[in-house]
Amino acid sequence: MSAERTKAGHAMLERRKLVKDLLVDRRDLMVVCGLGSATYDVAAAGDHPLNLYLWGAMGGAAMIGLGLALAKPDRRVAVLTGDGEALMGLGALATIGVKRPENLAIVVLDNAHYGETGMQASHTQGGADLVAIAKGCGFADALTLSAQSGVAHVRELLHTGKGPLLVNAHISSAETPRFLPVRDGHAIKLRFMQAANAP
Amino acid sequence: MDDQTNLRWPDTIYDHFKRVGIRQVGYVPDAGHSRLIKRICDDPEIADVVLTTEEEGVGLVAGAHLGGQRAALLMQSSGVGNCINMFTLVRNMGFPCLVLVTMRGEFAEFNPWQVPMGSITEPVLKLAGFLTYRVEEPGDVDETVSAACDMAFDGDLAVAVLLSQRLIGRKRWTK
Repeated sequence: MSAERTKAGHAMLERRKLVKDLLVDRRDLMVVCGLGSATYDVAAAGDHPLNLYLWGAMGGAAMIGLGLALAKPDRRVAVLTGDGEALMGLGALATIGVKRPENLAIVVLDNAHYGETGMQASHTQGGADLVAIAKGCGFADALTLSAQSGVAHVRELLHTGKGPLLVNAHISSAETPRFLPVRDGHAIKLRFMQAANAP
Repeated sequence: MDDQTNLRWPDTIYDHFKRVGIRQVGYVPDAGHSRLIKRICDDPEIADVVLTTEEEGVGLVAGAHLGGQRAALLMQSSGVGNCINMFTLVRNMGFPCLVLVTMRGEFAEFNPWQVPMGSITEPVLKLAGFLTYRVEEPGDVDETVSAACDMAFDGDLAVAVLLSQRLIGRKRWTK
């Protein structure tokens, strides 16, 4: 399926615009960003204390989201990450499926490539279906986002949808300029915690 | 040492988890931790998170801390090897990481395949930035786990307690 969409070359979502649209009027949404392009996309949409930029720990973004969602059941948590990062942590989807936090959503920015390392094909191009995997792990819902017309609905789901949710967003693999936020993990953590845990 | 102390050391660990207010525990099913896991699963105030692999637990602990909760990880010595890259999260962001490791591949080990990881578990933890403490006797669990909890959560440190195979007891291979 993924290979077909790449070959067909039909209009796919542009990642920077998509992420910006998803984070419009984000209120107190907490956002965990998978390393690489997802971190750059979220930063480019507008720096925010509740952005947890990751620069490493590949495969760990969804689990950070789970720990956060369990600790803050009255708040919404969104994990924005790439297909490669999500694939490295596939077991986390099973773990999340067991705990079923209603306040957690994972948005996979799926360009079917490993963009950071030279655009090698990812497993989503080879047939791995993240929506089917999430459903099979017991997520409350999992869906594909492939058209601009669906973006507003997904944005609403991030705030009010019953989780755990997984949204696999088909994005263009066209390169985007790098947009590099702060890299000091201690600073990112402290800023996030001050904003997330303020009385 | 009386029989009660010999058998109740997992309850001692549980009591310290409660004393320091741990609210999330990530674990991979493990015979050595089975009694502690059961206590945690029976406690509605602690989120018990069963993991498919130990490295998931490092992310869990990070997320819990970011959200203002204390967390701990239970794993077997082999699981430490699964965590190495994810442990960089602990150093890069700096948060308390309390890990209780049941040892394999040492005293009275039946399975030689456990030995290669068991024999490097403690140095691997040290290389990853953990303080490590070994417990050999049931009577030492209380003091050591108490100290580890306080160092982890008062000091924002990565601390691992290695529960020796001698403490856990020989694995029974026949039913």
